Amino acid sequence: MTLGARQIVFENVSKFYGEVLGVNKVNFSLEPGITSLVGPNGSGKTTLMNLLTGLIKPSHGKIYVLGLTVQQPVEFFRQVGYCTQFDSFPPGTNGYDFIYWPLRLHGFGHDQATKLTNEALERAGMAQVANRKVAGYSKGMRQRIRLAQAIAHHPTVLVLDEPLNGLDPMARAESIALFEAIAKQGMHVIISSHILEEVDRISDCVVLMSSGYVVAEGQIKEVRREVRDHPMQILVRCSNAAKLASAAFELDHVVEAKILTDGKSVLIRTRDAEQFSLLLNKVVSSGLVEVDAVAPADDDVNSIYQYLIGTDGGPV
Amino acid sequence: MSIQESVARAQSTLKEQPWRLFVSQVSILVRTEVRRNLFTRRRIWVYLLALIPVLFLGAHDIFSRYHFDSSQIEDDTEVLAGLIQFYYLRLGIFFACMGIFTWLFRGEMAARTLHYQFLVPVRKEVLVVGKFLAGVVISVALFETAVLACFYLMYERFGAAGRSYIFDGPGLSQLGSYLLVTALACLGYGAVFLALSLLFKNPIIPGAMLMGWEAVAPIFPSWAQRLSVTFYLKHLCPVKLPVEGPLAIFTVVAEPVAPFVAVFGLLCLTVAILVLSCFLIHRLEVTYTAE
Repeated sequence: MTLGARQIVFENVSKFYGEVLGVNKVNFSLEPGITSLVGPNGSGKTTLMNLLTGLIKPSHGKIYVLGLTVQQPVEFFRQVGYCTQFDSFPPGTNGYDFIYWPLRLHGFGHDQATKLTNEALERAGMAQVANRKVAGYSKGMRQRIRLAQAIAHHPTVLVLDEPLNGLDPMARAESIALFEAIAKQGMHVIISSHILEEVDRISDCVVLMSSGYVVAEGQIKEVRREVRDHPMQILVRCSNAAKLASAAFELDHVVEAKILTDGKSVLIRTRDAEQFSLLLNKVVSSGLVEVDAVAPADDDVNSIYQYLIGTDGGPV
Repeated sequence: MSIQESVARAQSTLKEQPWRLFVSQVSILVRTEVRRNLFTRRRIWVYLLALIPVLFLGAHDIFSRYHFDSSQIEDDTEVLAGLIQFYYLRLGIFFACMGIFTWLFRGEMAARTLHYQFLVPVRKEVLVVGKFLAGVVISVALFETAVLACFYLMYERFGAAGRSYIFDGPGLSQLGSYLLVTALACLGYGAVFLALSLLFKNPIIPGAMLMGWEAVAPIFPSWAQRLSVTFYLKHLCPVKLPVEGPLAIFTVVAEPVAPFVAVFGLLCLTVAILVLSCFLIHRLEVTYTAE
């Protein structure tokens, strides 16, 4: 098997819905393992997944999954399983039939389809309720039955759109363990989430999206390093905001010092938080300014979006 | 054998025999679609379209049981012919097929379930054929039953004379023709509405235009008439109706063709429209928010 035949490749892919941008000029290739697509709602994650699985067609560019395209649906969908975010089911179906009949469409005989259905139901923890109508399932159960359908035929590429939505902590942990087990078998697991915290612990690779653009992509460590190189925001509440701002501007690593409307707070953007702390100590000890409080304005994992997408939500 | 091995083995077998896979997929699609669409509350109006004449004939049968004269058979044969040619072929089957066949894809889009059928290893052409055949099974089952019931109710009340008309006279052959015409109407209209549903998000207006076209096609040149479904059906109707005035446009046969040519012509038209649908399905994207 060549390298390309193991990769998922997006070549200059754009999708427009009329004049509305879905995703624009997406270029990347993914190796087997867990890849997370992370971005706020409306950033283009679902569009990218729908493009990958052929539910929508790119306006420009090409997509290859293990060397295949959706123009070869029989070969393609034997390799791909997609658990969508659409919370809808064929009317009147029960959990068992929901998995069994698509397996029959894959070409499995009754015995094999039965075996695979039971196995998928077990893996998703849905065996006990398989004969109940899906309409009577809870949100978490519906999520898991969709997951069971997506993994039932043992795909090489598993695409999961917000797969942890609606799951309780126990089911979440079980699902994450399942994704890790699948990835360890050398398969692709592509997970979308708008909560980076949720997926960064398990991801080998992360694709950060905003407003239809890929703003960062690669091994999660590299993305974190990239984030570290970006300016950090620190909020300082003090007795003389103007003096602190002018002192801060003398430092090379401070890229912005903004006095807030209360006149007593300064928002500092700096590339070197440690150096700024030293300056702050110096200013305080000299008695020029009295500092009431210092707090990082974006010291949580979600700040990664802010670093990368800018305050207006647009691409960097 | 492990599950992985059996999956790999099944997949390699199917790769070597794609036609076997396609046939099996079509049969599964037909089975699941029929099960999902035949007996549902959403289809009640379609059952009514098929059964209204049966109910009328049944009621007429009950209330006038002792007033039938065998000389009426000829008149009632024309009534039955009118019922089938004017009601079933022009209205009942037309609207039922509009409901059944446009729903096959647009309904799944409205219910946000179409993606399940786009994410399985089924060629889109196989999906079109499978869904079309499911629609045909549903519509043919409903309307053949209705036509059979009408036929039975129409002649049963004449007792021995009615049985003689059926088994010793032209009755049985007329019944065969009606059943054939009904099945062909379901095929022809079904293919047209399936294609319209893939062409337009709301096929109601194109459907109304089609109805107009089917009505006025007889005044157009012969080659244009061949693009209407009723052109072929009229040639296969066994009883010519003595209709005069504007209504004659629905029954007049300006250029008679042999029955087998009519059957073959309609089948060709159906296949041509299905081929068009197979092209159109490739344009269809699953964008539920746009619906």
